[in-house]
Amino acid sequence: MNQLKQEFETVIGLEVHLQLNTATKIFCGCANVFGDDPNTNTCPVCLGLPGTLPVLNKQALFSSIKIGLALNCQINPYIKFDRKNYYYPDLPKGYQISQFDLPVAWDGHIDISVGNGQKKTIRIKRAHMEEDAGKLIHDNNADCSLVDYNRTGTPLMEIVTEPDLRFSQEAYDYLHILKLTLQYLNISDCDMEKGSLRCDANISIRPKGQTTLGTKTELKNMNSFKAVKAALEYEEKRHRKVILDGGQISQETLLWDENRQRTLTMRTKEDAHDYRYFSEPDLVPFVVDEKAIQDIKNSLPENPDEKLERFIRDYELSSYDAGILVADLSLANFFEDCAKMYPDTKKICNWINGALLQELNARKLNLKDIDLSVNDFIAIIKKVDGNILSNLAAKDALRYVIDTGKSTEEIIKEKGLAQVSDEGSLLVVIDEVIKENETVVQEIKSGKESAIGFLIGQAMRKTKGKANPKKVGDLIKQKLL
Amino acid sequence: MLSEKQVQQIASLARIHLNPNDISFLQKDLEKILDYIDQLNNLDVKDIEPTSHVLPLKNVFRDDVLKESLDQNTALSIAVEKKNGSFKVPKIIE
Repeated sequence: MNQLKQEFETVIGLEVHLQLNTATKIFCGCANVFGDDPNTNTCPVCLGLPGTLPVLNKQALFSSIKIGLALNCQINPYIKFDRKNYYYPDLPKGYQISQFDLPVAWDGHIDISVGNGQKKTIRIKRAHMEEDAGKLIHDNNADCSLVDYNRTGTPLMEIVTEPDLRFSQEAYDYLHILKLTLQYLNISDCDMEKGSLRCDANISIRPKGQTTLGTKTELKNMNSFKAVKAALEYEEKRHRKVILDGGQISQETLLWDENRQRTLTMRTKEDAHDYRYFSEPDLVPFVVDEKAIQDIKNSLPENPDEKLERFIRDYELSSYDAGILVADLSLANFFEDCAKMYPDTKKICNWINGALLQELNARKLNLKDIDLSVNDFIAIIKKVDGNILSNLAAKDALRYVIDTGKSTEEIIKEKGLAQVSDEGSLLVVIDEVIKENETVVQEIKSGKESAIGFLIGQAMRKTKGKANPKKVGDLIKQKLL
Repeated sequence: MLSEKQVQQIASLARIHLNPNDISFLQKDLEKILDYIDQLNNLDVKDIEPTSHVLPLKNVFRDDVLKESLDQNTALSIAVEKKNGSFKVPKIIE
């Protein structure tokens, strides 16, 4: 076959590591927090000292079952742990407690959108519990590395897809849907920057129509969904070129170099670890009965799809508008809190998806990063309704409220944002405008009413935008017509 | 018989430095251990349920309740070397 004319298909599988937001670590009572001073949240258990025993955090198991259920998985009624053995300084015991043959959850799926309203099902092969390792800091100036064991023993869930993804864009979309689904469960920060959500990818290519898989490479060290997509695209091209040049892909683990936008070999197949998995003797098995699983299932919060449907139905939002709200749980919750205080849900939605998102995007922040109360937000909308704020002034007010944390009332007073609707003071301005624009006034009097807009504009300018434009228009009409 | 290479592989996984003279002795010794374990294959286990644990225990949990951790100095007291509140180890580059 002429390989140059050959069409290829890309096959991608993803592994996501998710840190659970339990108060304590998975096998000991040390705090599970990010950002503390190094080695201040450790104990003999997570430091792997001889003679210590791990005890499973019940909440970590429950959160894991929640994840399994939300990803439409089967939940294993019999759960055990296994040792994955390897030597590395971030792993004080010399092994990681993980799950090998009996993961807590398996055989699930989630759907991604592939355009034209079409869905594609991505199968979840398994989701298993394990403990996180410590954090290694590489000191470039000195000939040493530093280890912080605070992260050691953070509960992790590893979520592995079947090789069902065919395009880097599908991988990107899958990650978004997965993250959103997980955020709704409130079991993790899902914050890639803090490392509470991390993603590795497997990629191979094969001639179209071939059913066996090509040789895969494993990609690590991607720090954002965008980086995952870029790394997959780079690797897809590299595979294609190697094969078209008559070469062979060698099975290896590669690191994504974000600065140089390329992959670098980390280890080849020959260096692959031999993990020598065996059952963890220090932990007894866990049996979760059908009723307990059903109880957890019944306690699951609404998922993104359900919320989307409900928003469209109950609040009469377009699917586009509802989609924007639902894509960020804190935004969706904020909207619902607003809807309890103000009847026009469409108007609330317009203010959130318009002015509020504009402010957030300008700051590159999410709603949860700022301190904006529902009260202040609704107050702004009501001030517009009451003609106290113009649309423009309302946007200013929102910006100041976000920046200063002061209340809407305070900001309107402090910044003098209120519209002038008082007839007496408006008439003074209008008289000036009429005097200064005699030609236009003549035009209006001779029937060209549209020229009123010009006079309103002049009045607005004189009042620095504070005049109530409708009132100004009415007063000019009264005077001239 | 275990090959020399297999013995070296096992030693490297266990981070044990082998004296080349010891390899042939270890080949035989490890072989004996494997033969000994292989006796298990002669047992009839068809009516025995697989188990991963010898104790008749299950579901030993702890609640998600915070306990006091070691302070930094105590944690680092077991470090061979330390720097900036961290365990200092030979340079590791992945």
